[in-house]
Amino acid sequence: MYAHDELDRVLVNERVTEFRDQVRRRLSGELTEDEFKSLRLMNGIYLQLHAYMLRIAIPYGTLSSAQMRKLAYVARRFDRGYGHFTTRQNIQFHWHKLADLPDSLAALAEVGLHGIQTSGNCVRNITTDQLAGVAPDEIEDPRIWAELFRQYTTLHPEFSFLPRKFKIAVIATPQDRAAIKIHDIGVALHRNAAGETGFEVMVGGGLGRSPFIAKVINPFVPRRDILSYIEAVLRVYNQYGRRDNLFKARIKILVHELGVAKFTEEVEAEFRQIRGGALALDDEVVADIAARFSYPAYEKLADAPPELARAANDERFSAWRRNSVARHKVPGYAVVTLSLKPTGGTPGDATAAQMETIAGLADRYSFGEIRVAHEQNLVLPHVAQRDLPVLWRALDAAGLATPNVGLISDIISCPGLDYCSLSNARSIPIAQELTRRFADPQLATLIGRLHINISGCINACGHHHIGHIGILGVDKNGEEFYQITLGGRADEGAVLGHLLGPAVPFDQVADVIEDIVETYLDLRQAPDELFVQTVERLGVTPFKERVYATR
Amino acid sequence: MTSPLQQKIKIAGPSVVTANRTHDGVVIWRTASGWSTALADAAVVRIADEARALLGAALADDIGAVGPYIAPVEIAADGTISPGNLRERIRVGGVTITLPAMA
Amino acid sequence: MPLVKRGTIVADEFIALADDAPAPDKGAVIVSAARFIAEPEVWLGRAAPLGVAWPNDRDVTELVPYLSRLALIALVFPKFRDGRAYTQARLLRERHGYRGQLRATGQVLRDQFLFMQRAGFDAFDVVKASDAEAFAATVARYSVFYAPTGDGRITVFRARLMAAARPAAVAAGRSGS
Repeated sequence: MYAHDELDRVLVNERVTEFRDQVRRRLSGELTEDEFKSLRLMNGIYLQLHAYMLRIAIPYGTLSSAQMRKLAYVARRFDRGYGHFTTRQNIQFHWHKLADLPDSLAALAEVGLHGIQTSGNCVRNITTDQLAGVAPDEIEDPRIWAELFRQYTTLHPEFSFLPRKFKIAVIATPQDRAAIKIHDIGVALHRNAAGETGFEVMVGGGLGRSPFIAKVINPFVPRRDILSYIEAVLRVYNQYGRRDNLFKARIKILVHELGVAKFTEEVEAEFRQIRGGALALDDEVVADIAARFSYPAYEKLADAPPELARAANDERFSAWRRNSVARHKVPGYAVVTLSLKPTGGTPGDATAAQMETIAGLADRYSFGEIRVAHEQNLVLPHVAQRDLPVLWRALDAAGLATPNVGLISDIISCPGLDYCSLSNARSIPIAQELTRRFADPQLATLIGRLHINISGCINACGHHHIGHIGILGVDKNGEEFYQITLGGRADEGAVLGHLLGPAVPFDQVADVIEDIVETYLDLRQAPDELFVQTVERLGVTPFKERVYATR
Repeated sequence: MTSPLQQKIKIAGPSVVTANRTHDGVVIWRTASGWSTALADAAVVRIADEARALLGAALADDIGAVGPYIAPVEIAADGTISPGNLRERIRVGGVTITLPAMA
Repeated sequence: MPLVKRGTIVADEFIALADDAPAPDKGAVIVSAARFIAEPEVWLGRAAPLGVAWPNDRDVTELVPYLSRLALIALVFPKFRDGRAYTQARLLRERHGYRGQLRATGQVLRDQFLFMQRAGFDAFDVVKASDAEAFAATVARYSVFYAPTGDGRITVFRARLMAAARPAAVAAGRSGS
């Protein structure tokens, strides 16, 4: 866990003071809504259909139990008793009052949390692998780098009014669990033959109206130079990114219009100018940040303790363990994913009571640490294997042990038209119906790994383009229709899904998804051929034929 | 940014002007003289000039309301006003899903 | 529009010259980029301080040959959301060593003052009088800075390293310039 020091705390408090003054000026009429809007957005505050929404940054998805308790407090005191974890490892509250927001942010500041740069045309929350620091195959903890990027981009005087929002993600494993290829900048840590570490830099990924997978513009930027390199990318973008058309303002369009070669040339030219300057990361700077991350004092334990063997008779426990427990780099420990996708629930929502339960369980079984996964689930990253049975019982009682992680009912969904003023169609009711159709754990296990992603509009907050099955809500003459794509994926082999055919109305979506899944079960070559592999092998045609044959 | 008043105003049927209240974000409708949190109180307009005037009055209150716009409504035989599309139905009736109970 | 320099509202010694206005015999003027680049030596030959108003979509390296003789460069924020001039300001100050007045013009509002100052601006054509009056207090709102620029403020990275070497320096690291 990163230990915020006095300087970090002072900045967050200064931000609250500034925002309190901005809210005062807005409410008194000194600031127009047009002027205030970008100020509130830079503090993560949107106006949604029914109320203000507050989005709180959870840098690289790491939360302490104290922070989780404060989120629960804010949910109760200033909102409606729950919060929504997002695909960007953030949390948002949907029912805030503007007049309460300074107090809410002041409460969060007590534990170092804030909404700084969770919206607006600036560099957003830095995201990473939810298994950072515990993944067995990691080169080093990517959060050290995410924290460096976070500090460097916070209130950046040159890059706070970019053409459009800007998202950076970092990983340090061969497997990509952070979907870095759909970010404005994705960086992957590598070690070269000489044993030095550096970053593969990808630029111009993003979803929305014009989806693109990021392109590699430099295969190995030495770690000392990575901030300089990022500054070069941001500077090229700030100067040349389009500002004439909101829909063409993301860096992906600049990369596309200039071409990767020309864009890279511009970045490299700028990089040559600034390399070795004030942004050069001397080893002592990196070491100072790394030293601020504390790691648990793990016990010396063996894998497969007797407690696990004794609990193995309980089929529900075993099913959960097979599904929700992953390997930890330290023997005797495990990583536990807490599904926020109960049958019939809202993907990513947690009640204040659940947050408090999770905080308590984190203190007891995970050294007080919690992670947020971009799949909208939570993770207890350091659980002793012997504690798994007792932890499971507590999670099960709190509705947090649905054994569907990575399965068809582990649906990623934006809030959709139930909350969002940009949305064209509802997302959550579609997700809820699908979780009911696939509620049988044996059926879900038979189907295997299958990611469904739902967005209520083209802005793609539910990442529908990269879902194995993507569902996009559109408005057709005032009715909710849904376009379906197949074969997308978010991992190191990221690709965009292919459109199945004409959009289908709201009440047919679940039937269509069932048809698609049945088609897959008929066509797969072996039980271990994943849905996405069958689509890759056969294309969308057989699915299309089945779905539209009777419609 | 083009002001909403500079954009061409076209209405297809009875319409109201709606916004969110600045201090708490609550949905409000423009009445003949101010704002109300009840759609039933909304001033209903039927031609573009009336809509422009009502929107103009709403926009003039930048302190009180955020983002006023014209929204379609349906008027029943007994005069009851109801929202004219799904988005407005959700703004009037709230989310279509069950929210967690406050605990 | 009030002009703020060194934290206070001051009188503007420059006159902004319209493109069709003849050059006055004396007195400090600000001319457009197009007019200046067409005849730089004529303008620089006048016996008075010269300023150039530079658009935010034109490369500032065109100005490099003249920087030591320019008294003022005015960069523009057509909307406060259009942040190109922040990059231009840093390039002029930090890469090209420009030392004259760097003036922010256009939609210059209170909540951008500190960003502008950190990017190298030292004069501000402020839209609202109330914002201009609040200048000094506004730029003092923050005492902690992460990103290094040419403004001389000590960043958190450096302050921590200094603190590690000498604990009292943490407090020093928090003071603005």
